[in-house]
Amino acid sequence: MTQLVYLIPLFPLIGFLLNGLFWKSMPKKLAGIIGSVAILASFCVALGIFFEVKSGGVPDKGIVHIFNFISVGKFSVPFAFLVDQLSAMFLLIITGIGFLIHLYSTAYMHDDAGYTKYFAYLNLFVFFMLLLVLGANYVVMFIGWEGVGLASYLLIGFWYKNKEYTNASKKAFIMNRIGDLGFLVGLMLTIYNFGTASYHEFFGQLSGGIGTMTDTGYMIGTGMTNAIAICFFIGAMGKSAQIPLYTWLPDAMAGPTPVSALIHAATMVTAGIYMIARSNALFNLAPMAQNMIAIIGLATVLLAASIAIKQNDIKKVLAYSTVSQLGYMFLALGVGAYVGSLFHVMTHAFFKALLFLGSGSVIHAMSGEQDMRKMGGLGKHMPITKFTFLIGCLAIAGLPGFSGFFSKDEILAAAYAKNPMYYYFALLGALMTAYYMFRAYFYTFSGSFRGTEAQKHHLHESPAAMTIPLIILAVLSVIGGYVGLPEVIGEHLNVGHLLNEYLSPVVQNFDVHHLSHSTEWTLMAVATALIVIMIIIAKAVTKKEQFKEATGLAKVLENKWYIDEVYDFLIVKPMAWIAKILNNVIELKGIDAGVNGVGQLVQWGSTRLKNLQSGQVGSYLFAMVIGIIIIFAIGIFGLFYA
Amino acid sequence: MLLILLLVIPLVTGLASFAFRKTPAVKTWALIGALATLVVAALSFCGIKESIPEANYNWLPSLGANFSLQGSVMALLMTLLTAIVFPLVFIAQWNKDIEQPSRFYGLMLLAQSGLMGVFLANDLLLFYFFWELALIPVYFLAGQWGGKDRIKTSFKFFVYTFLGSLLMLAGLIYLYIQTPNGSFDYNTILATGASLPIASQGTLFILFFIAFGIKMPIFPLHSWQASAYEQTLTPVTIVLSALMVKMGLFGVMKWLYPVFPHVDEQFYNIIMILALIGILYGSLLAIVQTDIKRLVAYSSLAHVGLMIMGIFAQTENATNGVITQMFNHGITITGLWLVVDMIERRYQTRDLASLGGLAGAAPKMTIALVVITFSSIALPLTNGFVGEFLLFLGIFESTNPNHITFMVLAGLGIILGAIYMLNMVQKVAYGEQKSLVIADMSLNEKISIYIILIVIVVLGVYPNLLLQVL
Repeated sequence: MTQLVYLIPLFPLIGFLLNGLFWKSMPKKLAGIIGSVAILASFCVALGIFFEVKSGGVPDKGIVHIFNFISVGKFSVPFAFLVDQLSAMFLLIITGIGFLIHLYSTAYMHDDAGYTKYFAYLNLFVFFMLLLVLGANYVVMFIGWEGVGLASYLLIGFWYKNKEYTNASKKAFIMNRIGDLGFLVGLMLTIYNFGTASYHEFFGQLSGGIGTMTDTGYMIGTGMTNAIAICFFIGAMGKSAQIPLYTWLPDAMAGPTPVSALIHAATMVTAGIYMIARSNALFNLAPMAQNMIAIIGLATVLLAASIAIKQNDIKKVLAYSTVSQLGYMFLALGVGAYVGSLFHVMTHAFFKALLFLGSGSVIHAMSGEQDMRKMGGLGKHMPITKFTFLIGCLAIAGLPGFSGFFSKDEILAAAYAKNPMYYYFALLGALMTAYYMFRAYFYTFSGSFRGTEAQKHHLHESPAAMTIPLIILAVLSVIGGYVGLPEVIGEHLNVGHLLNEYLSPVVQNFDVHHLSHSTEWTLMAVATALIVIMIIIAKAVTKKEQFKEATGLAKVLENKWYIDEVYDFLIVKPMAWIAKILNNVIELKGIDAGVNGVGQLVQWGSTRLKNLQSGQVGSYLFAMVIGIIIIFAIGIFGLFYA
Repeated sequence: MLLILLLVIPLVTGLASFAFRKTPAVKTWALIGALATLVVAALSFCGIKESIPEANYNWLPSLGANFSLQGSVMALLMTLLTAIVFPLVFIAQWNKDIEQPSRFYGLMLLAQSGLMGVFLANDLLLFYFFWELALIPVYFLAGQWGGKDRIKTSFKFFVYTFLGSLLMLAGLIYLYIQTPNGSFDYNTILATGASLPIASQGTLFILFFIAFGIKMPIFPLHSWQASAYEQTLTPVTIVLSALMVKMGLFGVMKWLYPVFPHVDEQFYNIIMILALIGILYGSLLAIVQTDIKRLVAYSSLAHVGLMIMGIFAQTENATNGVITQMFNHGITITGLWLVVDMIERRYQTRDLASLGGLAGAAPKMTIALVVITFSSIALPLTNGFVGEFLLFLGIFESTNPNHITFMVLAGLGIILGAIYMLNMVQKVAYGEQKSLVIADMSLNEKISIYIILIVIVVLGVYPNLLLQVL
């Protein structure tokens, strides 16, 4: 089965090529079928591979060589895949959720003129995402990494006539490129110091720890490991939307909502977490980078959650929520709780995809309206959407029994063990999460309808192609957490932490202290109680909140702390200004004017050669020949002189 | 034999072109000539693994100059690029009316012959001869056809070129005098150059470098570039930017860097800094351009800057990166100019503010534009990636004390490149359709563009196809 792993990215690639090359003649229905079936086929292969990996039957350390990508001089990088527990887990998430979202899209995008193009792009995205997680070295990861950036760019700007949307797609690509440069520098450092980009060889050399020699004869020191790790993390900041490179993600909501669910919530944005978890051998030797990751992750949790509190666009709430949840995953990576982070990647993929698709269902019913101030009371008209959305909210808020509870609890406990201050801030973030999610829920589904009559008349539950994925994701959002029961619960049921056991060959938690059972119970109880209180507050606030002009802190939050404006003032404007100065002063008035001056001088001197500019072949050649003779003369004179 | 044909076919077809009176006839003739050259170039390139082809004939025995040619890997790759670019341009421009076509195509083919000679010459005087042979037709092409400021522009181009040729000639004569038996032979030149006192090597290095640096161009010798690209007809722009730029780079790699091996390392450092300035300066300027051709011109300054840095990084990976990138850059920028020309002909303007909505009107052309754009910003799985990757790696591995700073600052180019290229795509392709009469690509345009797209993807997915010959 492992040898067939190439089929997993191949199916989406074929889907992309079919829909991409024959977009003009492709029947609409067929386009959706090709797109969806391609992903389903990949999912089936991924399942087979998952079970093979789980049973431990993977040959050749899981490396599947496809072809030699770069092989020149002494440098060589194979195009090879790595099948192991970590990649198999991501394969399932990507193809599984990917399929549900393709299915959902067949209905959601039904009336769009670019239907075939949409499925081509979506398949292209899945192809690159699969390369990203399947690569057996950082170069293949980088191919996928930049490739998903391309697909994201194409899909954010899918409705290309709207300038705001294409601005958003441009911003996403450029901000990601800033991160990509970090990744690239990290990659150069790795190849320079270790002579390889392959995971196995790189981690093998690291296994000796600080103070040992690399194959190229450098000593492994914390300076080196921190530098590489921080460069990689800069790459992760871009792709996974962390401070300071997060501002593209909320804007990316310009794309169709299923795209937001798949790319900008469930899969692509977790690439940074995948990269760091994959490189855990490196990060465990880079304490400074780890601290940096934890602090930036935590700061992102709080910043994004605070902004989400005051957003009125339902997708913007979810976007900032995603940024904030990604912050949790980085916090977990920073404190060494790799499994907790990956656990949260998985549960978040379920409930965030669910929430986005739910919001899509709402937007679909509201004929494109995304402003929650114009919604209200939708629960009556769309019960399945309402119910599944509620499950998503409960899961993300972390109510006991729902998947988000288990993964978030694991992260909070690890944060507490590392540093109780981390825990308090992370808990604050969790409370804000509960508040803004239920604020969105109540605004949307409770109360009375605030939109137009025409919209009210149009309200309806979405078709089965949309509700079935919602139901499946809702089920997963509930049961998904049980693969990672905390010890305090698991020991009573005689069940271990299944995910931990599964991942242990490739990813092991690093330096995570175990808490006493009483502490852990206390933390859980406190968090749960506070979260319930936040939900009650949200209910009360949404009942009476008037939609008046925000003032003070609320206004700052509504305007996202003015971060975009600050970037504009500090980076965008000065750069444009410098470029203009260079162009108008240095280039046109300086260098060029100087050269023109010389030119005029020559021109003046050569007027005797009859209209040098006349375009006459003869006079040009004459000038040329005279010139060459003069040079010869000067040259020979120079020689005599010497 | 094949090497001689590479020179003779364009020369003969070019000279014969002048005799044609009917436009379709001269176009057909020129295309046949260019295709014949392509076949020969492909054949000679395919034989590269067995041996390096050489040819020697008496030329000016009294001067010690021989008509000697050598098809090294880099040379054959460049001749292949030259041979590919011309027919692509001829096909894509098939429907375009050009005044005095017989003269135009004749000069184009003469320039091709000159370019071939530059890449193949293994004798310094012969190299100089072809260098001029390539430049003179281009000078006429730039002066007679193109925008309204072409006279001024071509004159500036002429002044620059002339200055460069002058300095190279002075250096060449000096070097010739120093040879023990008065010879222009490559190996003699190599031995002589290396044996000169370090100060003389430095002086000669500067003379030759300025000549080559103007062609590349390197900052601050670039000011002829943007206006020349802007004012010339697209076929000429392509010859300038896809091929003549490579003359400068090739010249440095064959006739400068190995010939004067003992110059002060500080020279290399200064050149790398100038090239780095070129990357950042060119990229920043590209961001504020309002004319697409000028935008592409400045982007070229940035791209070439990276290749120059690669040459002077003096590492194996960087050198391989330069050679790879010289080829791929030629392909990509040819595609970019062709698409820009199609856009200009349809919208009757190159002003970015007046363009827009191409995606709705001409989706195929837009796909081509987007693919070529991403190749230009070196997205993996396009041909632009591997060369740039090897260049960055090679610069990083350099023994230059500033190697990490150089790589990181040069890396800013990949961010800035995304900014100006995506700005361009947005302004050209997206937004509301501005005109309803924009036609998508015609058959001949499709043939050229699709070939370029195929090369972009094939060499992007399987770069070893190219790398294995290095």
